Amino acid sequence: MDLKQLYQDIILEHGKSPRNFGKCEGYNHDAKGYNPLCGDKVHVYLKLNSGKKVESLTFEGEGCAISLASASIMTELVKGKSFDETRDIMNAFLNMIKNTSEIRSNHLDEDQKTKLMSLSGVKQFPMRVKCATLSWHTLVSAMKGKKEEINTEVID
Amino acid sequence: MNIENIKSQFPIFSKKINGKPLVYLDSSNSSQKPMCVINKLNDFYKNEFSNIGRSIHSLAVNATNKFEETRESIKNFINANFKEEIVFTKNATEAINLVATTFGQQNIKEGDEIIITELEHHSNYVPWHFLRETRGAIIKFAPINEDGDVIIDELKKLITLKTKIIAVTHLSNVTGTIVPIKEIVEIAHKKNVPVLVDGCQAVPHIKVDVTDLDCDFYAFSAHKVYGPTGVGILYAKKKWLEKLPPYIGGGAMISEVKKDKIIYAKLPEKYEAGTMPTAEVITFNESIKFMESIGIDNLMKHEKEIKNYALEKLNKINSVKIIGNPKNKAGVIAFTIKGIHPHDIATILDEDGVAIRAGHHCCQIFHEKMNLTATARASIGVYNNKDDIDMLCKAIENCRKIFDLK
Repeated sequence: MDLKQLYQDIILEHGKSPRNFGKCEGYNHDAKGYNPLCGDKVHVYLKLNSGKKVESLTFEGEGCAISLASASIMTELVKGKSFDETRDIMNAFLNMIKNTSEIRSNHLDEDQKTKLMSLSGVKQFPMRVKCATLSWHTLVSAMKGKKEEINTEVID
Repeated sequence: MNIENIKSQFPIFSKKINGKPLVYLDSSNSSQKPMCVINKLNDFYKNEFSNIGRSIHSLAVNATNKFEETRESIKNFINANFKEEIVFTKNATEAINLVATTFGQQNIKEGDEIIITELEHHSNYVPWHFLRETRGAIIKFAPINEDGDVIIDELKKLITLKTKIIAVTHLSNVTGTIVPIKEIVEIAHKKNVPVLVDGCQAVPHIKVDVTDLDCDFYAFSAHKVYGPTGVGILYAKKKWLEKLPPYIGGGAMISEVKKDKIIYAKLPEKYEAGTMPTAEVITFNESIKFMESIGIDNLMKHEKEIKNYALEKLNKINSVKIIGNPKNKAGVIAFTIKGIHPHDIATILDEDGVAIRAGHHCCQIFHEKMNLTATARASIGVYNNKDDIDMLCKAIENCRKIFDLK
């Protein structure tokens, strides 16, 4: 296991100064996520435009460097995407963390893939996978307009 | 026994974790096992195994005797009056559930009150919550102060004519607070309220004398006392065990079974239905012998020294904050580092072979009260020494370096 791969500079930097933190103006979707193992919480706020694309995306919450960085990077990558595109990116992300260590998605450019790949170190730390995935599950839940809180002990 | 060399009796410490010597600071979660305990479990399965109870062959008689010897040892270890007051369960959680369920059936009706504290582990809250759900009981929380001490005067004020039981921890698994049980029992008994004590963290680390405490129920687990998993112990005053209904029904807890009636077994079998963790209970006797060979006073002195050393060293590290400062503190140290989440701390420490716990430690009420989502926790066992604390501090410095803290 390699700590340097887990705590890459980009992760530490996003963890320290998360982007798009707070409530975005005029949000029309939101959802909460909770990890009962550590008490981490995330609240995702989302404005979908008339074309059902992500116009703005922000989050609030408390968590470790991994979960904050993951949420922060997510808000940067998903902007402008449709629901299906977002879900595709999330699946590519989950697949990277759990299985392949690489990103397979047609909806991200190379720079964006590199950014997401900075979280690939999590794969070596199975106890931390849920830290990285909580915000993504919460985002998809918000897009679906689901009411109940996402709970990492109930989802995959 | 030389307490400084005690680590050598625990084979796990010869293993490397992530290529580093293991620094185990998670004894509040569960303790490591000394060789005598591991050998006994192995030996019993190899040479002596039989179920206990009804069979009359030699192996069964031997196993039954050994099983009862553990009960006798526990009775002496916690200074109970009768062997029948010691009931074996699956874990301490089950012991508390046993009391909550059977006591609740007999004594709790709608509007009755149960007092617990803000320090409680979920296992001394959720079983009482069941009575809130099923019987309409009211749960009142005795508050703690900033230091993590239960405010006894406030607890006193919560007692009313409707208070049916007080359930309280003996030693907090977050702040290490040693709760003045004797004082609480005196207050409660003056109002005819029985007291259940969650003693999971206390039995491995401080002297416990249930007769002196005068509590009605006392629950703890074997695995935290250098013993095997799968064994919980409920001490209850005989008058309660006689009066309360059985908890789990089945074999061994009956004396006579007819189509129209069942007579339950005498104590303590009334509460021990089905095959018990025979090997583990028998093995637990070795853990008690191990504790006794050290001597509880020596053990307390040693752990206090290590705890004081740890507090002194940790307090010197910038940005480390110890959570709670109780009047009487055992070797359980919850802390935070400003700018690093406890889960990140635990992952980084693990790379240095330092095992701590991060999270809410099954005490969400406490964390909410202190306005924290999570803490890191280093907890001391008999095998820890000052080198372990030095390694902990070194690993924390590494965390601070990775996170570029000044």
